[in-house]
Amino acid sequence: MNRGVVYYILGRFLQSVMVLWIIVTLLFLLFRLAPSNPLASYIDINFTKQQEAALLARFGLDKPLGEQYLIYLLNLLKLDLGETFSYSGKSVMDILRADLPNTIYLTLSSLLLAYAVGVLGGIAMAALRGSAIERIGTTFTLMTRAAPQFWVGMLLLTFFAFQLKLLPSSGIAPAVVRYRWETEWDKLLSPVFWRHMILPTFTLALYLHGLPLLLMRSNMLEVLDQDYVTMSRLAGYSEWRVMIQTAARNAMLPVLTALTLGIGYSIGGNVVIEHVFSWPGLGRTLVRAVQQADYPLAQGAFFFIALIIVFMNFIADILYSLLDPRVGASAQAQVS
Amino acid sequence: MQQDAMAREGQSGKPTARFRQGSAIRQLWETNLEVFQRDKMALFGLLIFAVFALVAILAPQIAPNDPLNPLKNNNGDWIKDAMPYWLAEPGEDEAEGYTNTFLLGTTNIGRDIYSQLIHGSRSALLVGFSAAAAVAVIGTVIGLLAGYYGGWVDTILMRAADVAFGIPFIPFIIVISAFFDPSIWNVVIAMALLLWRDTGRVIRSQVLVIKEQAFVSAARVSGASDLRIIFVYIAPSILPLSFLYGSFAIAWAILTEASVSFLGFSDPETISWGYMLQDAFNSLALSREAFYWIVPPGLCIMLTVMAGFFIGRGYEEVLFPRLRRM
Repeated sequence: MNRGVVYYILGRFLQSVMVLWIIVTLLFLLFRLAPSNPLASYIDINFTKQQEAALLARFGLDKPLGEQYLIYLLNLLKLDLGETFSYSGKSVMDILRADLPNTIYLTLSSLLLAYAVGVLGGIAMAALRGSAIERIGTTFTLMTRAAPQFWVGMLLLTFFAFQLKLLPSSGIAPAVVRYRWETEWDKLLSPVFWRHMILPTFTLALYLHGLPLLLMRSNMLEVLDQDYVTMSRLAGYSEWRVMIQTAARNAMLPVLTALTLGIGYSIGGNVVIEHVFSWPGLGRTLVRAVQQADYPLAQGAFFFIALIIVFMNFIADILYSLLDPRVGASAQAQVS
Repeated sequence: MQQDAMAREGQSGKPTARFRQGSAIRQLWETNLEVFQRDKMALFGLLIFAVFALVAILAPQIAPNDPLNPLKNNNGDWIKDAMPYWLAEPGEDEAEGYTNTFLLGTTNIGRDIYSQLIHGSRSALLVGFSAAAAVAVIGTVIGLLAGYYGGWVDTILMRAADVAFGIPFIPFIIVISAFFDPSIWNVVIAMALLLWRDTGRVIRSQVLVIKEQAFVSAARVSGASDLRIIFVYIAPSILPLSFLYGSFAIAWAILTEASVSFLGFSDPETISWGYMLQDAFNSLALSREAFYWIVPPGLCIMLTVMAGFFIGRGYEEVLFPRLRRM
């Protein structure tokens, strides 16, 4: 790796940290300057003035805004996100630490399924260009991108969970089963957990497969026009080998970049699916926290989701620069 | 997400859009005409919007009942969970003391689902078009300024775009909705604050190309001011691109409004398709297999979103002819 690339990565990293800092600051301002009292849901009307003051002091809300901001930044660096209002005795971090794996399992499994289907589907659509199957296939994909995810989830739930009674309708497992899990491994090795994951994964994948499919299809069509593909055709390789070994391998690089971006964005977009399937992840916690005016928890969940997105954007930029030398070169020019 | 990917591609040397010369209004008119003449799907999208717009305008006349007030039977009780008349057991309605004329049945508190569906087109189109207009205008102006001036203006605006790209969209709207009174305008404001990022980046990269062209230098030499060059000479050439992103933004806004209403952050006094689905979800219509309640609002959302996609793709094909053969 040459020095230009290293500088580029370093510059991008610093930029991501800056972006995160600005987001965190906006978040602070948003929550502090909110029209309603942040403790409104906490304060009982029977509280005396002293009790209220004590409560404000406990959450550090009696200090000047600047000092609150500094404390907030320092705590974030220590990943200390404070106490929740609605779950007594638990810190925000406790709750999010339990949620994060569930969100990640759901996101990764649906992305994996979506990109596998998308890449293969894209190759097939490119190979079948102009045929009736291609028209039906692309129209179907367009429809899955236009249908609201939560609605597709509701339809699948009604059909598979309520009508056919084949699959569970919500959560990650019944409480009796959850109780027996002591570590993440117990959860991951439990067939019950995977059965609960089928419907939400499928719903998300149905939506997510559109981007890789359409990207792969247009990349394939572009690559199939290149000289080296024509050459391998002339060299007498089978159509199958031309499609898969020569064209698909080259067409796949941009799809991989899209995948890294996809991880970030689908974690942000999972909110709705997690709500439909009562999946105990970051998104559902965010929705509930906002509904219950549990500001520290809402702030924490938002921060976590933003952190993942910024990090994934950073990774995607790096991948992009490594795969496309032009970006690296221009970055080099910027740095020097 | 598709837009995000597109914006990134636009950033790094994708094909340059085709531009027309001539008077600003004629250029725009010709491009728009070409989009809808060439692409039958774009025309179909336009037709879908036209039909829904008509329904939205005439909603009070078309809807047989009030969308919010529960219907009552002869005894004054709510007509709860009535099936559509074409599904219900004959004679059941008379036994319950009402005449079943409900095309899509009633909700669990006796509201007419079909009337709700008709009124729902109002919020969908209102949010869709105003959010799209806001996104397109803000994105276009930012893209123009960043691309034309370059330097620190460009740096600040594009770093702002980076920040906007780092903020999770749906969570942001949820948080915004928590602080303001529930209203469909929250979605419009949140979209305007965040989604200009895609339009802005793409338009900036196009402006970088256009400002090197002869007619721009000619304008500069003849003493035109910066603002005049930006808005009179450069803007007309990139406006079709704003239309492209605007059409996709309509689709996004309708989907987003539906999601936010479904999560329960909309104004319960305003009927929207997302709100109807939330209502169905919360009143356990799923376990009752009430497809007549669940399917129609989703279909309407899907149709209007697809209309936005079709029109956007129509612009894409005219602006980026290289895509056409694909």
